[in-house]
Amino acid sequence: MKVIYKPFLRIAIPGISGLAVLTIIATVFSLILLIAINGIPGISWKFLTEAPSDGMTGGGIFPAIVGTFFLVLLMSIIGVPIGTITALFLSEYVEKDSWIVKTIRFAVNTLAGIPSIVFGLFGLGFFVQFVGSGMDQLAGGHTVRWGQPNILWASITMAVLTLPVVIVAVEEAIRTVPRDLRDASLALGATKWETIVKVVLPGCSTGILTGTILAISRGAGEVAPILFTGAAYFLPELPDSLTDQFMNLGYHVYIMATQSPDVDATKGIQYSTTLVLLAMTFAFNLLAIIFRYRVRKKRIA
Amino acid sequence: MILKNITENSGTNHNNPASALMLQEKRKDLRKKEHRPAEFLIEHTIRIVSFLSIAFIMLIFIFVFREAASIFSPHQGSHTTTAATETYTIETYGEPENAIPEKSSVETYGGDDIVVLPSMESAVRPDDEAIPKSSIKNLFDKIWQPTSVIPKYGIWPLLVGSFNVALLSLLIAAPLAILAALYTSTFASNRIKEIVKPIIEILAGFPSVVIGFIALIVFASILQSIFGLQYRLNAFTGGIAMAIAIIPVIFTISEDAINAVPRSYVDASLALGAEKWETAVFVVLPAAVPGIFAAILLGIGRAIGETMIVLMATGNAAFASFNPFEPVRTMSATIGAEMAEVVFGDFHYSVLFFIGIILFAISFLINLTAETVVRKLVMRQFK
Repeated sequence: MKVIYKPFLRIAIPGISGLAVLTIIATVFSLILLIAINGIPGISWKFLTEAPSDGMTGGGIFPAIVGTFFLVLLMSIIGVPIGTITALFLSEYVEKDSWIVKTIRFAVNTLAGIPSIVFGLFGLGFFVQFVGSGMDQLAGGHTVRWGQPNILWASITMAVLTLPVVIVAVEEAIRTVPRDLRDASLALGATKWETIVKVVLPGCSTGILTGTILAISRGAGEVAPILFTGAAYFLPELPDSLTDQFMNLGYHVYIMATQSPDVDATKGIQYSTTLVLLAMTFAFNLLAIIFRYRVRKKRIA
Repeated sequence: MILKNITENSGTNHNNPASALMLQEKRKDLRKKEHRPAEFLIEHTIRIVSFLSIAFIMLIFIFVFREAASIFSPHQGSHTTTAATETYTIETYGEPENAIPEKSSVETYGGDDIVVLPSMESAVRPDDEAIPKSSIKNLFDKIWQPTSVIPKYGIWPLLVGSFNVALLSLLIAAPLAILAALYTSTFASNRIKEIVKPIIEILAGFPSVVIGFIALIVFASILQSIFGLQYRLNAFTGGIAMAIAIIPVIFTISEDAINAVPRSYVDASLALGAEKWETAVFVVLPAAVPGIFAAILLGIGRAIGETMIVLMATGNAAFASFNPFEPVRTMSATIGAEMAEVVFGDFHYSVLFFIGIILFAISFLINLTAETVVRKLVMRQFK
């Protein structure tokens, strides 16, 4: 039996698996082309710098871009230091196989596997309802200032979500700093912290940057965690304090495609918004790939 | 001073246990040497910050559970109320499919003073007391009608919906991704590898809302016209979109697993006269099975937890059917769509958090299985 099929299988197996590769590549390109072709006509300077108008059927997406920008900025400010410090702790301060490392690693892995919508629930249940309301209670309890969805809670929620991304990237970079450099620094009389600041951190700055960029690209695209922690459909003003809600590109795509007053009339806007979102995440991913490539090359060298 | 002592001691007889002990003590002293308060403070700050990720896991569990807890108590009431619950809005009854369009009619856009976020608008039933309360008993019933006059919170259809979409997407994604991984790591030249891998990375970088959007606007219409489907949005549309989202996960992990197969296996097989395809199918693939199994598990986990794609592309009707061409409502989409409409502290609100716990538990178990069981399998095989 086998002998008969052999010449056929010799071609068929690489052929079929090659076809699978081609299918995936074709899917990726057709998705990008589809969005680009339908989205590019709608993109103009006006589209990028104006607020939505005519009851969401016209105008631009400026507030959504600004909202996304502030979201990822706050998220990075909160998440990157925590992630970097955790990575430093795991690789500099404790033994590799100690229970502390195992527990933290387990926690980070678990964190990476939790569905994003559960982060949304967590943001609502913990930050908005518990921390926020608690802060309002402390302030007198008459006004709801913190106990409602806002950009701060959304950013912290997103920071927790992207924490594993930062930790993994920074850890990988720390491993590229040679043991000898640390030993030399310690032998010269520098303390552990001085060694970290002057030797380890400069050596892995690219890794921290990679982690930040990966986190930003993830944070800019995620919608589920901010559904009920701060994203808004339309806001007449840009957010100017931490207690404001904000517009967001991904949320804008979702809401325009499903709940817009006239889905067909705004199709152009939806495609263009999607294109802007996609271009943004691609740009960040590309940067991260380039930086990571540099980190890996350094490790081999 | 201490250093001097050590040097002096180093000449002493090491066979003497007492002096050896003393030497050890001295060495400890040497390590302790000066007390640096700044260094001490920094180290402990770092330690505390590092424990944050553990704390977050616990907080996630505790607080998602806390909000869900009231379904377990007979006296469920609004333990947390905010000013937002004072807002009266139009109540949506019945058809879940209509829930989304109706919500938009409530929303204000362009208004200056009252801009209501979907999550802030809440529906308060004036005749709240007249409605019979649901309880934990019928939580696993077969009807999910949270907004009908007699609300029914049976999460069975949602479970069916989640697994329906996840399995459909797996049926499409797993063969494609595993075959592609096999090709890239066994047949492809280095040049092709360098093209394929970044493309997969690009695909992994696609925000899920973008895939959901394309599924909603494009796939749904194409599939409807090809298959002549009754419903435009259904489990199949969602499954295809979800497949795109999980292909990178399955591909990456399968490829790692295939690359981890020892080179000696391949060499031995080739040396025995097996052809390249025979080696790939009969040697490499079987050896990589545990890793591929992990890839599939993680793919399912991702598919069950994914929200935006199913929220946009599956039609969101809570029929408990495994028919792929009917609309389904998944657990994640239910949370995403309905959290915006519930009263804080309401039973419905708690049930949504309860669904969150189920999602958390499922993804946790899947990740745990993928990690531990598979690691053991791999270890046993290669050692």
